[in-house]
Order: sequence, then structure tokens, then C-alpha cells
Amino acid sequence: MKKIFFTLLVACNFSSFAQDTLQGVTVEAKRDKLQKSLLKTANTTVITSKELLKAACCNLAESFETNPSIDVSFSDALTGTKQIKMLGLTSPYLMITEENIPSVRGASQVYGLSFTPGTWIESIQITKGAGSVVNGYESISGQINTELIKPLKDSRGFLNAYASTDSRYEINAHANHKFSPKLATSFYFHGNTRLAKFDNNDDDFLDAPIGKQVNFTNRWQYSNAETGLVSFLNFKYLKDQKQTGMLEFNPYFDKLTTNHWGSEIKSNRFDVSSKIGYVYKDMPFQSIGFQNAYNRHDQQSYFGITTYDIKQESYFSNLVFNSIINNTNHKFVTGLNFAYDKYDEFYNKSDIGRIDYSAGTYFEYNFDNSEKISYSLGGRVDLHNRLGLFFTPRFHFRYNPWEQSVFRFSAGRGKRTSNIYAENQQLFASSRLLQVVSNKNSRSELAYGLNPEIAWNYGVSYTHKFIIFDKKADATLDLYRTDFQNQTVVDLYNSPQKALFYSTNKSVANSLQLEFNTEIMKHLNLRTAYKYYDITTDYLSGNSQNPLQAKHRFFSNIEYQSHLNDEGQHWKFDATLSWIGRQKLPFTASNPEKDRFAEFSNPFSLLNVQATLVFSSMFEIYFGGENITNIRQNKAILGADNPFGSNFDASIVYAPIFGQMFYGGLRFKIK
Amino acid sequence: MKNIILILIVTLFGFSVNAQEAKINKNAKIEFQVSGNCEMCKKRIEKASLSVKGVKSATWNIETGALNLLINEQKTNVLSVQKAIASVGHDNVGAKASDESYNKLHGCCQYERK
Repeated sequence: MKKIFFTLLVACNFSSFAQDTLQGVTVEAKRDKLQKSLLKTANTTVITSKELLKAACCNLAESFETNPSIDVSFSDALTGTKQIKMLGLTSPYLMITEENIPSVRGASQVYGLSFTPGTWIESIQITKGAGSVVNGYESISGQINTELIKPLKDSRGFLNAYASTDSRYEINAHANHKFSPKLATSFYFHGNTRLAKFDNNDDDFLDAPIGKQVNFTNRWQYSNAETGLVSFLNFKYLKDQKQTGMLEFNPYFDKLTTNHWGSEIKSNRFDVSSKIGYVYKDMPFQSIGFQNAYNRHDQQSYFGITTYDIKQESYFSNLVFNSIINNTNHKFVTGLNFAYDKYDEFYNKSDIGRIDYSAGTYFEYNFDNSEKISYSLGGRVDLHNRLGLFFTPRFHFRYNPWEQSVFRFSAGRGKRTSNIYAENQQLFASSRLLQVVSNKNSRSELAYGLNPEIAWNYGVSYTHKFIIFDKKADATLDLYRTDFQNQTVVDLYNSPQKALFYSTNKSVANSLQLEFNTEIMKHLNLRTAYKYYDITTDYLSGNSQNPLQAKHRFFSNIEYQSHLNDEGQHWKFDATLSWIGRQKLPFTASNPEKDRFAEFSNPFSLLNVQATLVFSSMFEIYFGGENITNIRQNKAILGADNPFGSNFDASIVYAPIFGQMFYGGLRFKIK
Repeated sequence: MKNIILILIVTLFGFSVNAQEAKINKNAKIEFQVSGNCEMCKKRIEKASLSVKGVKSATWNIETGALNLLINEQKTNVLSVQKAIASVGHDNVGAKASDESYNKLHGCCQYERK
């Protein structure tokens, strides 16, 4: 007891709080591209930068195509971005961080994942379930953390160019300079554009938006092993413009008129973040860290005659202290957080802006004696101007019954405010009336008059590694359940002319994933997964499966690498096949027959392939195809013939709109 | 209670006091050789070291056989750690394991005795 008291005193005395950055995951090239540890307490998969090269992968949103834990939806004709789901829940229920700083949230929820180019990424850690308390209280179904390439480890220069048959062009240019072994800086530039208008399904609407993005970042890293001082400084600027709608739409003449339906979305974003960490010289297990981040996200947009503008200014600060109790078998991390979000939000000129701020403190204890059992027990207390004072517990447990197997259990609570407009922007591409059904005794401090979302997540996972026919193999069974005590639902079952937002206290997401991976022969790897989702919500019309969610999914990925010849040349081949079962569709039965969908969509399969020819460690080219069997949603837009009429709806996307696409690119690295 | 007051004083004036107390170091860095072979030995050696009250961290290097410790000299000393390691079967510069505990080691851990 005395020792604990002592440790607490030390923590208070230094009034200091450290961070995870100092223990960042190191990625070794020789390891698997997708790493599943038998020893980590949490159910975390690491995607290395090598894995990211396996798909067209232009940005973070497209990085998960070869990973069964995350389901990627189809980009709709409006936003042109892919949305992700984990355990059957959409990305607002995931904590998405960049180097442990919350990144995709609030105003950037829909487009944020497309703002991190794939070539900037060093690794991605995906944690299923409750997650850690260190980064906040908002995560419910999982955490995705992206580590960018560290300037001190970066290559001197890098160039990547990409072009595809859907007329998307991308360029990535990196430059790095090391002033000394302790100080380095990196400049990354990304530009992309889609120039040509495509309408493959002849509905007079674009199948994908045209647009352009300019994205620039400058990072500085200082690291001194002698003094134990580590520091990062990052600046980012992004400008993104999209135009979609009817082929004839010309913003100059037709903006906000009923001549032709069209939409423009313009985003500007500026980020600055810093981290400073100190590892105690005499005590390598003890460290203090301080991270600060400010960002300004400004979106101005219109959809037909609907306008939507949102400007979010955020400040996030985290002081972290890492140390031990007695010895390194007992580690703890504790700290203080502060967060501020100012939303200037206007929907059809009506002001729905707000300011959120919160302060919190957390403590997490980790037990790991390198034996069969390890666990982590964390809790945090936050005071929030809208969510009140609340406690967030998180628990993770690991047990290795045998050397080659691991059993995991996790449980935790999450709480958040739903940004109903920013998170559901696809609904603006419809004539639906967005209607908030407020709580009866709604308190004035609640955002949009809706209660905060609260959920408990529980999960068990079992992984077994074994040898089958002399080949390495592993199998995993994951079972997770998310129980919402309160959820903000988007009800599309009420009427095809409305989208209702209201709070419900009964919605449950159950998921099962069975995964099997094996090395069929040297350099030939197979990954397969079956996924079952049972996601139900109490809607006003009764309990139902959630819309646009397949109950059954099957995933398989096969990769082959040819042997290296004397010059180091080799080929890499990769194919991903996914089968998506039938999905319940939003209610449209009251529309005239031509503007209806069936109650369920039909199951379908998608095939992506890629080949890379590596000439040397400096130069490689790649080419491939997505959706090569050319699967398309027959009717992409309801009421396309009368876009200002009451049946217009472009928001229901259950299959690819675009059809097959081929691409090619090159990567050139200067060491 | 006395202890708490002492702790308070030590922590409040932590750094300067610590630096001057050269004799009794709360984070003394110790390194010595321990015989062993493999990953299993590493686990056993580190576990035995950490089981001694006052040992904060222990890392044994398979290649060099060097054990790096951080110990609180107020609570323990090098010899106690060396004895604890010997008691699980690993000879080291300060203490020799009994034949009995050596013979109990897993086959791959039975290092060549000097």
C-alpha cells in the first residue's frame, strides 16, 4: 500500500503525465504483413506498410480491403469516399487516431479517412472491442491508430504516381532531410484529381464525383537517446473539392437552382500537433509525455437546393505518465486530458452550432509477468459540458492455455455525442426531410435535443496457431457484443420521404468472425474469414435488422510472391474475393413502383486483383483491377428523372455504383 | 506515518536529494553474467530476479549472457538477487546453483557448467 501511495505521490509531484508514443509499435520487415500477437493483452492486429501495398490503396479509407476485421462499404456517387464498419458498427463508433491523437471525428467523420494518403502510413493498429482509456471515452466498438512514417527512419525521397480507368490520377512526393542522427524533417505532398464525368448506368447522374485534393504535411522529429528526450512537430494543410450530381450540371449557372441537380463539397483543413516525451535516464520504464493538437476543419457544401456548412475548431491535449509499481511486471499509465470543440454548423441557413469541452483524468494498470496471464484494468473520469460527469471503465484479459494459443476477453463502456448531420451527409442527396424527434424532457444542453449515446462492449476471442500438412496455419474465433443503453438511430424504415433521428434504448450488435489463415506453400498465403452480424434496433415501427448491413459475409485473400532472382527482381500477386449476403434495404414500398427497391438486396461477390513487379529495392510498378467481374447496383438513384421531386434518393448504396476499374502505378524510392 | 512523511519529503525534494545520495541508490544499475541458453532460460532468470523485492526491472541477453538489473538498494542487494537466480538453477558470478536445481531444468536449458 505504501508503495502505491509513493507512486501516486511521485505522479502528482511531477504533475506530469506521459504517453504511448514512446512505446510506439516497431515494425520489422521480415515479419508477417498482418501481425496477430499471441502475447499482447488486447485483441490488436497490426497492418504494416507492406500490407498496404496490396491494394490500389490511395488513402486510409481504402487500406482495409485486404483485412477481414474491417468491412469497407461502397463509395456512393455523392461523397466518393468509402466508409468503414467494425463489429457491424459504422466509423463514428470507432476511435480513429493518428499517432494517438483523435483525428477522424466530428466534421471530418465522413471524409476524414480519405485525408490520409496511403504512402504516408508506416503502420495501422486495429484493436477490436473496448480499447484503452488513454485516448478518451468515445470508442465503442474498436480503435484504429495510424502511425505515419517517422522522419528519422524515412528514406531520402519517394515518388509514387497512379492512374486508373475511372480517370483518377494521384501523385505522392516525399522528401526527407536528416540534419543529424537526432534531428530530421520530412515533407510529403499528395495531389489527386478525377477529371472525367462517368455515367455508366445511364441515369444522367455521375457515378463518382469529379474533384481534386491537395494535401501537404511537414513533420519534424528530434530524438536524443542520451538525454531521453523525444519530440515531434507536425503541420498539415489540406484542400479538397468535389462536384457531383447530373452530367449537365454546371455550378457556374446551376448552383442552388432547380435547373439541374448538383452538389459541391469544399473542405479546407489545417492541423498542427506536437509531442514531447522524456524517458527517465536511470529508469527506462518511466516516462512523461505531453501532446497537443489543434485543427480547423471547414466544409462548405450544397446538395441540390440544400446547403450545409460546418466549421469545427478543435483543441486536444493529453499529459501522460508511464511508470511501474514495484517492478516491470506491474506497469501503469495515468494522465490528464483536455478537449475543446467549437462547431459553427448551418443546415439550410439555420444555426445548429455548439461548443463542447471536457476535462478528464485516467489511470490504467497493466499486469504482465511474461507468463500465461496478463490483464489491463483502466478507468477514467470526465467532466463534459453536455455529457456531464461520468466514469468509463475498460478491462482486457489474456490467457495462453497452450503455448500456441491465446484466449482474450474484453469489456468496456463508451459514451459520445452523435453529430447527426455531419455523420449522415449521404442523406443530403435525397428529398428526405431530416427530422429530429427530441426526447420528451430534453435538457437544453443536449446536442440536437438528443441524449448522448452510451454503450457497453464485451468480447471474447480465441486464436490457435498450428501446423497442418507441414504448413503454418492459424484459426481465430471472435465473438463480440455491443449493447446500447442509448443510441441515436437514423430511421429509414418510417417513410421514403423522411429520415428520422431519435434516441432508442434497445439496440444490440452481435458479431461473430471465424478466420483461417495458412501458408499453402512457400510464398503462397491464403487468408479466409466468415463473418456473421446480427445488428438490431428498436425502431418506431418495431425491432428490426439495421438497413444496409449484410448478415453473412465471406472474405478470402490469396497472395503469391515469386522467388527473388539475382538482381532482386520479383513479382507479387494478390487477389481478394468477398461475398456479401443479402442486405435489408430502407423502406420504399409506398413510392410508385419505378421508384422502389425490393425489401432485400441480392447477394453478390466482388473480386480485386493486383500484380506488382519489383525491379529493385528502389523501383517497382504495379497494376490491377477492382471489381473485375463488373458487379453494379442496377438502380443507383430513385426518382432520378425528377431530382427535385419527393421520391429522389441517391443515398441507398448497397453495391458498387461504378463497376469494374483498372489501374496502374509506380513507386520510386531514393535511399 | 514516519515513512509517509519521509516519502513526502523525498518526493517533494526528489531530484536534488536523489542525486546526492550516491551510497544508497534507489535506481542502481547492475550488470553481471548468468549462465543460460535459450528463451525459456531468459523467462526463468528474469522471473527469479523480479521475484526479489526491490528489483524494478530485469533483462537478460541470450547472446552475451549479461543480466541488466535496476534495483532499489534500500530494499535489496546484488547478492540476494544472485542467490535467487541460483536457486532456480542458473549459475552466476555471485552464486552457484545446487546440482538438484540444475538437474530440474528443461533439457534445452541445461547449459554447460564451468
